[in-house]
Amino acid sequence: MIYEPSGIAVSVFLLFVAITLAISFRLGAKAKSSQGYFAAGGGIPWFVNGIAFAGDYLSAASFLGICGMIAFYGYDGFLYSIGYLAGWIVALFVIAEPIRRLGKFTFADALDSKFHSRGIRLSAAVSTLVVSLFYLIPQMVGAGALVKPLLGLPHWAGVSIVGAVVVLIVVTAGMASTTYVQFLKGSLLVLFSGWLTVLILQRGLVVDERYRPGGSASDPFAATQTLRVTADGKRIVNGLPQGESKDADFWRVGHVSKLPDGKLETGPLGPLEFLSTLQQSEVVLWSSATKAEPDGSTLTTYSQRVVPGAEILRPGNSPTFKGVRSERIQDKLNFLSLMLALFCGTASLPHILIRYYTVKDQAAARKSTVVGIASIGFFYVLTLFLGLGAMTSGAIDVTNSNMAAPLLARSMGELLFAVISAIAFTTVLGTVSGLIVASSGAVAHDLAGSFVRTPLTDHEKIRIAKIAAVVVGALAMALGILFEKMNVNFLVGWAFSVAASANLPSLIMLLFWKGTTRQGITTAILVGMISSLTWILLSEDTFRDIYGLAPADAWVPFSQPGIVTIPLGFATVILVSLLTKER
Amino acid sequence: MPGFDQATKSVDEAASPRRTRLGLQLFCVYLALYVGFVLLNALAPERMAITPFAGVNLAVLYGLGLIVAAFVMALLYELLCRRIDRQDAGRGGDKS
Repeated sequence: MIYEPSGIAVSVFLLFVAITLAISFRLGAKAKSSQGYFAAGGGIPWFVNGIAFAGDYLSAASFLGICGMIAFYGYDGFLYSIGYLAGWIVALFVIAEPIRRLGKFTFADALDSKFHSRGIRLSAAVSTLVVSLFYLIPQMVGAGALVKPLLGLPHWAGVSIVGAVVVLIVVTAGMASTTYVQFLKGSLLVLFSGWLTVLILQRGLVVDERYRPGGSASDPFAATQTLRVTADGKRIVNGLPQGESKDADFWRVGHVSKLPDGKLETGPLGPLEFLSTLQQSEVVLWSSATKAEPDGSTLTTYSQRVVPGAEILRPGNSPTFKGVRSERIQDKLNFLSLMLALFCGTASLPHILIRYYTVKDQAAARKSTVVGIASIGFFYVLTLFLGLGAMTSGAIDVTNSNMAAPLLARSMGELLFAVISAIAFTTVLGTVSGLIVASSGAVAHDLAGSFVRTPLTDHEKIRIAKIAAVVVGALAMALGILFEKMNVNFLVGWAFSVAASANLPSLIMLLFWKGTTRQGITTAILVGMISSLTWILLSEDTFRDIYGLAPADAWVPFSQPGIVTIPLGFATVILVSLLTKER
Repeated sequence: MPGFDQATKSVDEAASPRRTRLGLQLFCVYLALYVGFVLLNALAPERMAITPFAGVNLAVLYGLGLIVAAFVMALLYELLCRRIDRQDAGRGGDKS
């Protein structure tokens, strides 16, 4: 069997939860004002804040999703790493200092610093909630998906555990405890990924037994694996009911079939040596095809093919990025649009932007971003090795790319597996708590603040924020359970596109064009948000994956909205500002 | 550990045109590198397979290069900003 619940993993995870809760309660006693709750009193040291950026930003999608994508398709997952990191350049060079200077608690503060307009506050709060919720759902579903194979608990239990712990963290000490949880998670994630990479390089590349002289590579059983899901939901794997006996499960995959110069193993390799050796090797990759059978069951066949390393290490192998090798202009535009959204999205994510209010001044905001870029960039370099290491580890589950990183760790030993799994959970905790702080700030500071005549007292504001945190947390749990069966990783992509289209144009124009008016900002947020959402809902990907309709019927020419809706946002600010200019 | 309730505001809260300009200049340099990478992928994907150095192809080298470049430029920005701040402080006298 591929998965066995691990007692060590449970203990390590519980230890993490205990530590994070202890930190929260300790800090909770100190954070009683709204300045303390929403911005940790501006007293977070810049280095801690920088690592907390990594803890905030590197979500389960980065850790599990990118590693899995590289393990299954090669280079393409790394394109996400590159795009996600490049976005930080916008954050550092353009956004960091002004955001720190103009705002106090939320991203709406900065946008609204000049005009004190209720329209700006409301629209910015709504876009914060929309973006944060899209981001939350995949994190919660990820928590459930992790808990099932690793701890042997059902999906709803994983979602509820993570949800409850996070709400507790946020309610006790708001941004202060969230920051230290993210700091802990960020350091652990980067350190252990580094350790895992060292182990991968130490192990080097090894040709699988079946491909050695006298091996069984031509054995027909080795060529395919099958999964039949019967009409009443039973899972038959390779002809046996899954989990019935020790052998009744998928066998683990991920093998090198040939190394350069006919070698059988390389021994320890340097980082570039690892890549160049892989480029000259051949690796067995798996692809799947699903069809409905007459008796109401569905049959998925996983088949293998030997792929040259040179092919694996160039872009265009995965369904997401196959467009780069296509001749169709729409496919090219789709790729450009995604890379644009990744570039512009980071600096528009509300839960990232609020971290600029936790440090004392602009210089600290800048320094913490540099630390953030260093740790996040280092991690993204590691994703390439983790993914390719998993691809050749012989430990992969053909049905679940998200488990590639934990299974890679298992191939190194049980303890490392336990630690990496526990870190994956903590990853979810860190990101989810940041999102919930951002949402509760938007509700208490921006929404509630605009609807009352007299300004809220500190005490009232914190109480509303705590209630909002509980409500958003409960909503995220409910959606996480509801969306169990859906592959929801694309929602993170939506969040980036919507954030970039709704928030970035207003922010940039406010900073660099004196003619910007409050009507211009409000309209641009709404137009950017609604247009990008509408585009996504009418796209090929959504037709196929969500509505189950023919992708060819989609109303828009390609799936990623950014290349159209980000410029549209800019055009809206400029046009509306010119029309509403006061003479 | 400091309390989280007192709002520690520093004196340096003014916008600095020189830092802003520096940020925009560095941003444009990185933007050019990134656009080059994306367009190369989109328009000439087969070019990404050439292997100029260390047995590693252009796709991997350029990608790793972009990540390293982000870090190097971030450090450079930090160092130059410090210099600007020192100069401004020296020139501004009592402006604090």
